[in-house]
Amino acid sequence: MSARRATGGGLIDRSQPIRFTFDGKTYTGYAGDTLASALLANGVTLVGRSFKYHRPRGIFTAGIDEPNALVTVLKDGVREPNIPATGIEIYDGLTAESQNRFPSLEFDLAAVNQLAGPLFSAGFYYKTFMGPVIGPLKGTRFWMFCEHFIRRAAGLGRAGYEKDPVRYEKMNAFCDVLVVGAGPAGLMAATEAAKAGKRVILAEQDPRLGGSANWSGEEIGGKKATEWAEVKAAELTALDNVQILTRTTVWGYYDGNNLAAIERVTDHLPAAPIGVPRHRHWSIRAGTVVLATGALERPLVFPGNDRPGVMLAGAAERYAREFGVLPGEKIAVFTNNDSAYRAAAALKEAGAAIVAIIDVRPEISPAARALAEQAGIAPLTGHAVTDTVGKRLTKVMVQHFDAATGRLSGDPRPIEADCLVVSGGWSPAIHLASQAGGAPVWDGKLQAFLPPEPNQKWVGAGAFTGALTTAEALSTGRDAGLKATGKKASRVKLPEVAAPALDPFPAAVFEIKAKGKAFVDLQHDVTADDVRLAHREGFVSVEHLKRYTTLGMATDQGKTSNVPGLAIMADARGLPIEKVGTTRFRPPFSPISIGSLAAERHWRFKPDRLTPMHDWHVKRRARMMEAGLWHRPMIYGEPGETVEQAYAREAAAVRRSVGICDVSTLGKIAVKGPDAAGFLDHVYTNVFSTLPVGKARYGLMLREDGIAFDDGTTWRLGEHEFLMTTTTANAGKVMQHLEYYLDVVWPQLKVHVTSVTDQWAGAAVAGPNARKVLQACVTGTAVDNETLPHMGIVHGEIAGAPVMICRLSFSGELAYEVYCGAGHGRHVWEALMAAGEPFGITPYGLEALGALRIEKGHVTGAEIDGRTTARDLYLDWMLSKKKPFIGSALMDREGQIDWSRLRLVGVISLDGRPLGGGAHIVEKADGNGLGTSIGHVTASCYSPALQKYIGLALVRGGKARHGTRAFLSDPLRKRFGQVEIVSHHFFDPEGKRLHG
Amino acid sequence: MLIPCPHCGPRDLAEFSYQGDATRVRPDPASTDMKAWYDYVYNRPNPSGPHREYWQHSGGCRAHLVVVRDTLSHEIISVAFAHAGLNTAEGRQ
Repeated sequence: MSARRATGGGLIDRSQPIRFTFDGKTYTGYAGDTLASALLANGVTLVGRSFKYHRPRGIFTAGIDEPNALVTVLKDGVREPNIPATGIEIYDGLTAESQNRFPSLEFDLAAVNQLAGPLFSAGFYYKTFMGPVIGPLKGTRFWMFCEHFIRRAAGLGRAGYEKDPVRYEKMNAFCDVLVVGAGPAGLMAATEAAKAGKRVILAEQDPRLGGSANWSGEEIGGKKATEWAEVKAAELTALDNVQILTRTTVWGYYDGNNLAAIERVTDHLPAAPIGVPRHRHWSIRAGTVVLATGALERPLVFPGNDRPGVMLAGAAERYAREFGVLPGEKIAVFTNNDSAYRAAAALKEAGAAIVAIIDVRPEISPAARALAEQAGIAPLTGHAVTDTVGKRLTKVMVQHFDAATGRLSGDPRPIEADCLVVSGGWSPAIHLASQAGGAPVWDGKLQAFLPPEPNQKWVGAGAFTGALTTAEALSTGRDAGLKATGKKASRVKLPEVAAPALDPFPAAVFEIKAKGKAFVDLQHDVTADDVRLAHREGFVSVEHLKRYTTLGMATDQGKTSNVPGLAIMADARGLPIEKVGTTRFRPPFSPISIGSLAAERHWRFKPDRLTPMHDWHVKRRARMMEAGLWHRPMIYGEPGETVEQAYAREAAAVRRSVGICDVSTLGKIAVKGPDAAGFLDHVYTNVFSTLPVGKARYGLMLREDGIAFDDGTTWRLGEHEFLMTTTTANAGKVMQHLEYYLDVVWPQLKVHVTSVTDQWAGAAVAGPNARKVLQACVTGTAVDNETLPHMGIVHGEIAGAPVMICRLSFSGELAYEVYCGAGHGRHVWEALMAAGEPFGITPYGLEALGALRIEKGHVTGAEIDGRTTARDLYLDWMLSKKKPFIGSALMDREGQIDWSRLRLVGVISLDGRPLGGGAHIVEKADGNGLGTSIGHVTASCYSPALQKYIGLALVRGGKARHGTRAFLSDPLRKRFGQVEIVSHHFFDPEGKRLHG
Repeated sequence: MLIPCPHCGPRDLAEFSYQGDATRVRPDPASTDMKAWYDYVYNRPNPSGPHREYWQHSGGCRAHLVVVRDTLSHEIISVAFAHAGLNTAEGRQ
């Protein structure tokens, strides 16, 4: 066993052992461990197989930048793949599995892919499976043959199929100052802003505040850095104006200083307490953002740099100091900068032997030399690692190296080591600043991209700005806090830091060019040679490089690989790195759960719209259905009835005697003002200014492009007063349409529109006996044919409540719509029911309403589908020639009057079976019932009046096909059969019945 | 994105509906100039930088606003009511 737990040290709680399972084997860790630290403490260094080549891989980092150690977590019956082991806090019973291996992690069959290396180099898929077919092993057909095997062999974890049973939640938050990152810089910024009385949110992705203070081994304010951080955290926690969010990653920076964050609320617990979500999505609107997101360490690229046992130096330091874990017994260090020396000293102090410090630089700083002395080893300056040996690391090969020319010389010699820690310099974590806008700026001394000039309200602090020392973190943090508050004088004392005076600038060395596979992107198995191949083949822009090689893609988004990849491309092109540029960072900064994005905000804030008669329907055992936000009765089923039997009975009752239907959901808009009539002439295709007071008219609206938009009746209640009705679905859109024209196009018109949908309750009373029902209950007005002709309006009372009655018909029967104030809705409805009792009045739902309208050939949203014109629907008679209207200019363009357009017809099932909405109509069907579509069914029902299954359809040519036969083709529902195309006016085409 | 509604104050984008390009001009209703109609209904420049557009505060006062927005930065440069009468002191009462 090489990796192991140190005898002391770390911030873990050795009194709290925790048992967990990895690949079926049970291990013990301590409270405070991540899965990665606990596995290392148990000597587990092989944790995964690589993406393409199935090479054995170990733990490479200690944080969210982890490219290798991705595992699948099994929790609550759900498997969640691709979670970095470095970000999983262990809990009792944690069960995790390694990925992309078969049959086992130790022995993986697909590791033979390594032998076929050239086959999987960059561009392999494009070259092999796309483009011209030359020979048998090329082209799309070959891809279809290979896909299954390749998908199985190359990849990350496997997602589960189970439904996720846990809860997710969304929160909105507002603050004056949002501090991202709670390292020394973030803590100082938050303290400064909080003391100035600002509302502060401090977000930290780790469970513990302090960031680098938890592993730097330095002293701040005369205390150990961890203790200083603890005190600061306690101070901030005590303040009312500070909200601290731990385990919270700010992952998106959007316009208007709106930031997105994910809080992992219960991932670290064996089970979520009742009512507590797993993840909480935060949408934070911040006055100013302090970005104190730190820096991410880069690896060096050299052959064998992916072997288990190779790890970033900063990560190793973190394991030693924060978790009391040694990643190896005999550790070699390979670096181009001073920071790795601190790691060497930390590892030595924790109990490991440092066997070599290999530094590409010829000269190093006195501080680094002092740390090397602490580590008990003289550094090998001017040297480089050229290879590694062992399934798990046993040896590193070392050679003389000239950092100025990149040349190796002399013979390689082995150094025995079970762990190699590597540092290639540090890259500020500028992701959020890049998302906020602006191009990152290359800094030649730090060999890193620095954040752009802010074009939103943010201030940078600490290592994020390229200021890598703790003293700078504290001072820039305080300054950032001050700047965020807009105050001049600081209220916070700057603590002293005791730390070695390291040289922050690395040597400009990214790659050691020696024989063997040297990985740039460990997660996607992209090698330095792949980058050069991309260059040779012309994919030289960073965006092309990324897409051709997949460098920087996948779950880690190239956090460790972006800069080395760019450096290698820059070298190949003979350009400086700043000329090659970098890709723009996009949200999310690190992976987030889809559950948190789909969390409960929408249905929580969506109202249920209930009509005033809702309770009556429910009491009457109506089966309710949702129509948009509305709940409407679908059928009033009798015991034992099917849906079809129920609506057929209801519809037949309407045609035989009388029925009643709740139409309160129709959109209703009061249109008032001296110019109201003229406005309606613009809005509707037909004329409304000639409509007498006390009459209603059916109207059709088009869009500007001449496509049908909505229909409904509009009632003239006074010279300057109309009540417009719209379809239920389009009520909001029509209102917006009217408001747009009044605000923007014709602001001079004196018209006011008000939505009154909720103010009126409506009941349609339809059937040959409808008038008799009204006569039995309406007072204050006559309702005979003379007083209340077709499309006439009267005012009266029912059971003491004022009502407005319009005689109009959707069902084709003698019918009335009775409107009253919403508060009287149920009262009036019940009075109508009582008056109708002698006639057997039957309440009917949406299904019967639909059947009645299909029998009459009336159109609804299924036919006014945003593609059909008035002529397609045979509503030409509504298009006024006397005046222009919205849509009149463009409605008769060539394409909109073409003979081949889909136009409205009726279809009758010839095999006595139902027709399905959405089914295609084909002229000729082949043996499988398939053919070229000439249109589709828009609505269908069983017609009690015709005693047949019928439907409306939009069919090429429309009327010209009346009397012909065609086929229904519905492979999705496996429904095929012959239909007859007829007029859409199935029933009472002359309209005799509505005149009673 | 925050849009400062002259009635309601700064409000989140989610409260607004985009109502299209505010640089287009609707031809006279009786016009038969097809090019003018195509320009009004279909043809849109896609400028990089300041752009005049209509936004309705549909989740608030429902007024249509003329918003000048920078399409690069989403900065809101100016906001006024689309209904000119509302921009006068008299109109606001």
